[in-house]
Amino acid sequence: MKNVIFAGVGGQGVILASKILMEAAMAAGYDVKESEVHGMAQRGGSVDCHVRYGEKVYSPLIEKGTADFVVCLELLETMRKLEYLKGDGMIIVNREKIDPAPVAAGLEKYPADIEDWLKANVKKHLVLDTKAALKEAGSARALNIVMLGALSNYLEFTEEQWAAAIRALVKEKFVDMNLKAFALGKALKA
Amino acid sequence: MPKKVMLGNEAIARGAWEAGCTVAAAYPGTPSTEILEAIAADYREIYAQWSPNEKVALEVVAGASVAGARSMAAMKHVGLNVAADPLFTFSYTGANGGFVIINADDPGAWSSQNEQDNRHYARAAKVPMIEPTSPAEAKEYTKIAFDISEMFDRPVIVRITTRIAHSQGVVELGERKENTIKPFERNPQKYVMIPAHARPRHRFIEEQMVKLKEFSENSPLNTIEWKSKKRGIIADGVAYQYVKEVCPDDSVLKIGFIWPLPDRVIREFAAGVEELYVVEELDPFIEDYVRAMGIKVTGKELIPLLGELTPEIVDMALNKKKPAADIPAYTSKIPGRPPSLCKGCPHGFVFDVLKRLDVVVNGDIGCYTLAVLPPYSAMHSQGCMGASIGMHTGFEKARPEMAGKSVAVIGDSTFIHSGITPLIDLVYNKGTGTVLILDNRVTAMTGHQENPATGVTLMGEATHELDLELLCKAVGVKRVRKVDPKNVEEFEKTVREELAAREPSVIISSRKCILTK
Ligand SMILES: Cc1ncc(C[n+]2csc(CCOP(=O)(O)OP(=O)(O)O)c2C)c(N)n1
Ligand code: SF4
Repeated sequence: MKNVIFAGVGGQGVILASKILMEAAMAAGYDVKESEVHGMAQRGGSVDCHVRYGEKVYSPLIEKGTADFVVCLELLETMRKLEYLKGDGMIIVNREKIDPAPVAAGLEKYPADIEDWLKANVKKHLVLDTKAALKEAGSARALNIVMLGALSNYLEFTEEQWAAAIRALVKEKFVDMNLKAFALGKALKA
Repeated sequence: MPKKVMLGNEAIARGAWEAGCTVAAAYPGTPSTEILEAIAADYREIYAQWSPNEKVALEVVAGASVAGARSMAAMKHVGLNVAADPLFTFSYTGANGGFVIINADDPGAWSSQNEQDNRHYARAAKVPMIEPTSPAEAKEYTKIAFDISEMFDRPVIVRITTRIAHSQGVVELGERKENTIKPFERNPQKYVMIPAHARPRHRFIEEQMVKLKEFSENSPLNTIEWKSKKRGIIADGVAYQYVKEVCPDDSVLKIGFIWPLPDRVIREFAAGVEELYVVEELDPFIEDYVRAMGIKVTGKELIPLLGELTPEIVDMALNKKKPAADIPAYTSKIPGRPPSLCKGCPHGFVFDVLKRLDVVVNGDIGCYTLAVLPPYSAMHSQGCMGASIGMHTGFEKARPEMAGKSVAVIGDSTFIHSGITPLIDLVYNKGTGTVLILDNRVTAMTGHQENPATGVTLMGEATHELDLELLCKAVGVKRVRKVDPKNVEEFEKTVREELAAREPSVIISSRKCILTK
């Protein structure tokens, strides 16, 4: 059983990333389940998806303390998901910061120590700078796929399975760009 | 058969299609919205429409059923409150073509104004209710609901919750059943509920509920999965999945038939285990029933009454197992990320002005409800869709000195949903209030659906565009003004003038949502 959480901010494409992972897992013969949050989250709120695959999956939600991976498209969102990670689980996070409304309004502060804290307290962590990769991919909207590429190094699916999953879920005219973004993400080093 | 990963709501759309449904109607509402959207996008053999509200949607579907079609309505939990009046009497008139209602509860109130548990409606309205535990079952149960409806001449409710509607899973696809339409016969004894017809129909449905109970007793939707006999757990919906996850060694009775509940199956299960538990979200619906049967059971003593369940809540309650805490806690304050109005949202201009004028705002439900939060903090009442105008009238009647210092604020979709009758009330009962209709030409909050004011149907056809100005004038409001809120000075001047006027007034704040094309 593998448990993967994707998290980010509304509009970053968290749900698409989780769909592609599910597609790859189903094609590889696994049972898959996922749970996502719609609604209020769309207006710039926090968004997360729980993806689980294995021989037989019951709960669509990951139990706290059991996530193998937490993949975050925004730095702060990582901190809301820490309690889901298991001791030897891995955090893969995009270094980008997006100010929540209370921070933008000057009412609260964006914590300055997140990156250092993650490095000091989470054994397996990958804090990524995705800017160059996104520039090369040609679209900032490919962040979700770049992060998926980074995750793919640690999962059992083949290049072909990933490519097929991307083709199945991305609009045709964006397929090539996304395949490129995936490869760039896969090559990213912390 | 091919398999596909599907959202629970998409699986329900698929189930309706496979069942040979030909008419579907709904009003949007999280977490049910994607059902009709998926039908309109992928299953064009089904005629699908957005209705102005859930009551109308249910009536359209009832009419289609009487005409002989397999028909389906979908709505969120509070939508069934709006449609409760037709529900209770369509329970009497029953079904001709399969008559299915998808009802989506929202434990945790992820995107709702309350956490009501609609399983109570099944009992109160005397309609069968079934509840899937996964997207795959959501598709199957939708099909089964059409069959039960036709077999027993009842509308059937399929109850889902957010974690079924908005969770994805592997679904096996089937073929569509064709030619499902049944003959229509004129039958006033069945379809016209004057008292003389209603009384015998009441007897009939009580008899049907007895037969349905027997059906539930033998239904594969209720299954006992025997494991250790030390502990037995009864669960429904997504709670069943959490139980299977965290209590793999316990015996489980999965309840798929929520109403009528299967007494014999419950007794057999209870007799076979040493300790009996019920794990269910929200109210102790099954638990109370089991206890009323004289069976000793533990439920809400351990399982929270509020909010939605999670695997760790169930693990804690049943196994006293706390989540592993191998990662130390992060102690700095993590700022919240509340949803907020988009930058440049037309509603923002309106609330800038209302805040400046410091009026009491009787609000309503839509994106604009976010104005209750900073930076606006400019909404002072809000309950259910359409409530703003009636509450505004009541406010003025109670405190005449506040007339001119308060407004009602309502979105275009919400006004059409249930704001028109209270506007008639305001005029009829000589109110002097000012109503702001925030006309952003879309039902935005639920993900940008069409509505009667947009001039486009759910299936994408051009149609008559409701003229809100004309409508307000027709109900007797003489002062109706249409202003672009981005034109801040003019907008503020208009609000000041209408607040000062001692007669009913409507300001249509006219500017498109920035996220629509
Ligand atoms: C009875 C009921 N049905 C549906 C909903 C879900 N819902 C909340 S707001 C909304 C629509 C809001 O549209 P509108 O009034 O046009 O405001 P906008 O979001 O576009 O600003 C809907 C359908 C609800 N809360 N209650
Ligand atoms: S979706 Fe439209 S109506 Fe809603 S907050 Fe954004 S701009 Fe405003």
